Amino acid sequence: MASEVEETMKRIQSHKGVVGTIVVNAEGIPIKSTLDNTTTVQYAALISQLSDKARSVVRDLDPTNDLTFLRIRSKKHEIMVAPDKEFILIVIQNPTE
Amino acid sequence: MEINYIYTKKRSEFGKQCFFADTTHFIYQDIPSNPSLNVNYIPQNPADRGAQCADVQAEHEYESRGMNHTEGGWPKDINLAEVEQTMRYRKKVEKDDMYIHTILQVSHTMEHCILQNNAVEIYEEYFSGPKTSAVESGTSTFVEKSSSRTVNVFRDHSVSHSGRAYPAAHLSWSPNGGSRLAVAQCSLEFQKNGISRVGVPPIVNSYIWEIENPNKPELVLTPPSPLACLEYNPKDPHCLVSGSRNGRVAFWDTRRGSLPVDQSALEVSHRDPASCVNWIASKSGNEFFSASTDGQVKWWDTRRLSEPLETLILDPGVKSATGVVTEQQCLSRALGASSLEYEPTIPTRIVINCNRKGKTPTEKLVSQYQAHIGPVYSLQRNPSFLKNFLTVGDWTARIWSEDIRESAIIWTG
Repeated sequence: MASEVEETMKRIQSHKGVVGTIVVNAEGIPIKSTLDNTTTVQYAALISQLSDKARSVVRDLDPTNDLTFLRIRSKKHEIMVAPDKEFILIVIQNPTE
Repeated sequence: MEINYIYTKKRSEFGKQCFFADTTHFIYQDIPSNPSLNVNYIPQNPADRGAQCADVQAEHEYESRGMNHTEGGWPKDINLAEVEQTMRYRKKVEKDDMYIHTILQVSHTMEHCILQNNAVEIYEEYFSGPKTSAVESGTSTFVEKSSSRTVNVFRDHSVSHSGRAYPAAHLSWSPNGGSRLAVAQCSLEFQKNGISRVGVPPIVNSYIWEIENPNKPELVLTPPSPLACLEYNPKDPHCLVSGSRNGRVAFWDTRRGSLPVDQSALEVSHRDPASCVNWIASKSGNEFFSASTDGQVKWWDTRRLSEPLETLILDPGVKSATGVVTEQQCLSRALGASSLEYEPTIPTRIVINCNRKGKTPTEKLVSQYQAHIGPVYSLQRNPSFLKNFLTVGDWTARIWSEDIRESAIIWTG
């Protein structure tokens, strides 16, 4: 089972345009990352806050709703955030090569 | 909150000279710190309080809220600096079942989005600008050319005697998304086909067509005089009301056949062709009104066509010309029954808008607008913005707002 996870992460990382992958737990600790430490810590802190805020927005508007995915498109790349109860998966992709 | 503190001092004490003297120091009061009091307080760590007494020289100020600028989240026993400890913690989490399960689930959605991004770049520049080949094609690339296609042709088959086809003067769709079209055929030109050579006025029929069948009308209405206009009752798909060329109005029922159920009496009808009829949204659903080029507007009840309920003579009072083009709003509550008339006489350049609720003629003719040079051929209210209406005449189309009497708000050249 653990090897499946490894495989999945490797596969995600190997997709075209993917710059980095980070897994952050609910406390904001980056569990796994393919980027350097400073960047990882930055992303972990900032993205987990944003994802919490986004989730609270969605739930405030409709309590039966929940956040499933968050995509932040910027000039240089796209940050995709898949939140869950315990962990957050962050992938940074650069779609235009 | 008061920010001033008032104290009084005796006038004699002002300006007392200070005499400085050297004395030994002695302690007046010594208050030792009492650590037991600490229990009542929670230390605020970190505390942020600016302690600079100088002016703020910074150009911008940024306050980071709620962020502790250290790497947080680590459990207490792990020292951040020690790589080994953090590595061990991480490995531990990776072994967790929950972690495995979550990652597998979440990466599924993630892969979908990644692949989606790779497949289509949605922010790519697809259209290079609003007017690319404007010169060559004559239109901008964004605007689709409008086109229309003929679906069906409904032809009047009784072209027999005079070989002349009678123009379709008016159309009405049956209500509730109906599939029937009522066509009133009549030539409104004065005495054009009045009496044929034989001396008998030609019979001009009006038709009710079923949309799907253009070969044969569903019902042929045979009025004694050609119908200038024909309208379905918006509440009842079988009832129609018509105004004919001899000024009478008639009530039809499609279940009864080709003859009208009732016709208005000749002496109380219009003197000119009743050019337009329209239903009123009344409670009984039986009222309608008709207007004609003779300058009268009459309100009728279908059950009793021997006499109109009310008559209004459209005389603006300024000119003696009476026949005018009208656009009427029933019940002034915007239920959207608009009627329009055709008035070919020259002095009428006025569009009159009537309010049915008024009791006297002056109250009824609410406002006049100088509309067109020549007859106003058609009028319609905007179904969503009821105060605006569109008029067509003298080769222009104009849009008016009810409140603005001086001129139209938009018009074509």
